[in-house]
Amino acid sequence: MLDIRNLHVAIGDKPILKGIDLQVKPGEVHAIMGPNGSGKSTLAQVLAGREGYHITAGEIRYEQQDLLKLAPEIRAREGLFLAFQYPVEIPGVTNIYLLKAALNARRKHLGLPELDAIDFLQLVKDKLKLVNMDEAFLYRPVNEGFSGGEKKRNEILQMILLEPKLALLDETDSGLDIDALKTVSEGVNTMRDPARSILLITHYQRLLDYIKPDVVHVLAQGKIIHSGGPDLARTLEDRGYGWLDTDQEVAV
Amino acid sequence: MNTANREIDTLINRDYAYGFESDIESDIAPKGLSEDIIRFISAKKQEPDFLLEWRLKAYKHWLTMDVPTWSSVHYPPIDFQDIIYYSAPKPRGDGPKSLDDIDPELLRTYDRLGIPLKEQELLAGVAVDAVFDSVSVATTFRKRLAQEGIIFCSFSEAARTHPNLVRQYMGSVVSYMDNFYATLNSAVFSDGTFCYIPPGVKCPMELSTYFRINAKNSGQFERTLIIADKGARVSYLEGCTAPMRDENQLHAAVVELIALDDAEIKYSTVQNWYPGDKNGQGGIFNFVTKRGDCRGARSKISWTQVETGSAITWKYPSVILRGEQSTGEFYSVALTNHFQQADTGTKMIHIGRDTHSTIVSKGISAGHGHNAYRGLVKVLKGAQGARNFSQCDSLLLGHECAAHTFPYIEVKNPTAQIEHEATTSRIGDDQLFYCMQRGLSAEDAVSMIVNGFCREVFKKLPMEFAVEAQKLLGVSLEGSIG
Repeated sequence: MLDIRNLHVAIGDKPILKGIDLQVKPGEVHAIMGPNGSGKSTLAQVLAGREGYHITAGEIRYEQQDLLKLAPEIRAREGLFLAFQYPVEIPGVTNIYLLKAALNARRKHLGLPELDAIDFLQLVKDKLKLVNMDEAFLYRPVNEGFSGGEKKRNEILQMILLEPKLALLDETDSGLDIDALKTVSEGVNTMRDPARSILLITHYQRLLDYIKPDVVHVLAQGKIIHSGGPDLARTLEDRGYGWLDTDQEVAV
Repeated sequence: MNTANREIDTLINRDYAYGFESDIESDIAPKGLSEDIIRFISAKKQEPDFLLEWRLKAYKHWLTMDVPTWSSVHYPPIDFQDIIYYSAPKPRGDGPKSLDDIDPELLRTYDRLGIPLKEQELLAGVAVDAVFDSVSVATTFRKRLAQEGIIFCSFSEAARTHPNLVRQYMGSVVSYMDNFYATLNSAVFSDGTFCYIPPGVKCPMELSTYFRINAKNSGQFERTLIIADKGARVSYLEGCTAPMRDENQLHAAVVELIALDDAEIKYSTVQNWYPGDKNGQGGIFNFVTKRGDCRGARSKISWTQVETGSAITWKYPSVILRGEQSTGEFYSVALTNHFQQADTGTKMIHIGRDTHSTIVSKGISAGHGHNAYRGLVKVLKGAQGARNFSQCDSLLLGHECAAHTFPYIEVKNPTAQIEHEATTSRIGDDQLFYCMQRGLSAEDAVSMIVNGFCREVFKKLPMEFAVEAQKLLGVSLEGSIG
């Protein structure tokens, strides 16, 4: 699904990622944890194709394609989805409009017929229930005036609707109360599928109480310094990141 | 260049689709302005004497006036002697009696503009008056409208066939002394639309005028007069285009609306005059005076405008709220791209008791575009309980454009309630990237964001026009993203 080799990324002259190696197979859920400033969000942005990052070395293959050669919207249509840490407000554009445009862009790319308003509404109503959202939500402007929890649930709604192959969730748990966290986690869990991979980027372990990852990685100072099973998250919660010697070579 | 700028550029640089010129034999007055020219125009139109006298009064007054300079727009001085004040497609035989008598090239021109004049091809429910340069060439659905007692014809014809109505109402909202360009129009106005809705009649279809400038070096000075008698209702649309030319052309129109007791007039404009090229060469100077008079109690006048064309747009569709409990509305989208300039807004003059007004203005600036909202809300002493709500939002695309807001508020009655809100925002890379991460192309994303910004105004347009306006906005924005 995703194969990252020796990825080096800089913003301006400042190196942020210093040799990331990461392989995610179909059906796997990986968690990337790490302290603030370790480069977690940079990794998510680079995967999604955000401008302003310089790839100084390395390569990323996604579904046998050279990901870095694909425009952001093509990556999206090819099934790469990023749930944003800070979802963006778009005044005057209704949620349903964006959702329909997004789904149809993907369907068109896949050679599927575009959905008309009626079919789309039926589909999206079904999905709304999964994230505990009211239909009125569809007719509000995208993220405008949404609470933090609503924004994150909206991201999950988009993800469920678009049925990506690879979902990146960037700090989706931040700023959520426990009920919202449960709803979001349930949404993500319904997405678990042998053909789909999920990459959770998080600062805290608590999300991983609800979404059990197959592999946990620790990212620090631009490198993955440690990888392990689900128990690693618990250890990190108890002991912090300090016990890991960040200068050390990657240990597995 | 970042994504936002690139996208705005592609959007903005799309070509102006209506820039073609029609080869039509025309009857053209010599260049320049004089009493003789005014007499010539009046004679061409076989006008009654009162109209000629009115024109001459205006001309004499105009000679004493100075070119106004208070707006934020900049343009080289206009040589008023270098303009052709009358140009009309040559009539075939004794002048068109029906569409069959109209120069086929003229019909083709309107077809290309998407305005077929043959009634069977028209959108059902929209009657059109087609004005080409200085004259009205065709007015459709007149018989159907006449059954309701509605008069819908060219201004020149109304002056001949309904002189009393014209005499009673013309200049009663915008006096011939009102301002430099309105006075000029009063002296030389060529054609335009006249519309009268009798008491209690709800006009069964949308009325519209489609203005086309074709002749070189000519100005267009049309005059529109709409009267909704007691309890009458009408929705009126106006569209306009012009060929692409290197030189600037002047368009100085006057529109007067009169609503009597319980009458309602909704006036929508989609203005798409040639905006000039991307270096700011050519384009129309659109200096227009539009004013409505809510003369009767509980009357309502609503202006909706989508201004995407013209090198310079300078106009303030206004409402005089004279009748008790009358309502004035102004909904505007003004887009300036490349080197376009707009200084537009409205005036709401509250005179009667319990009068209400609403102003929603959306300015979009891209390229080197310059966009100013200028609005006056005035509450006179007797306007007990007057209320106004104003909202002025500006959206910037790119970093070389500008947006300004000049709200003027004058309140002489302490019971008045005035609210004013204003915002300025920029299409951010964040917004674009967010949409693109959901699979939208950058172009679709910008178009969606801009349309979202204008949504409140588009909602006010009649259905067909709203769709047209959205498309137009996409076209006008082409190339606006770097």
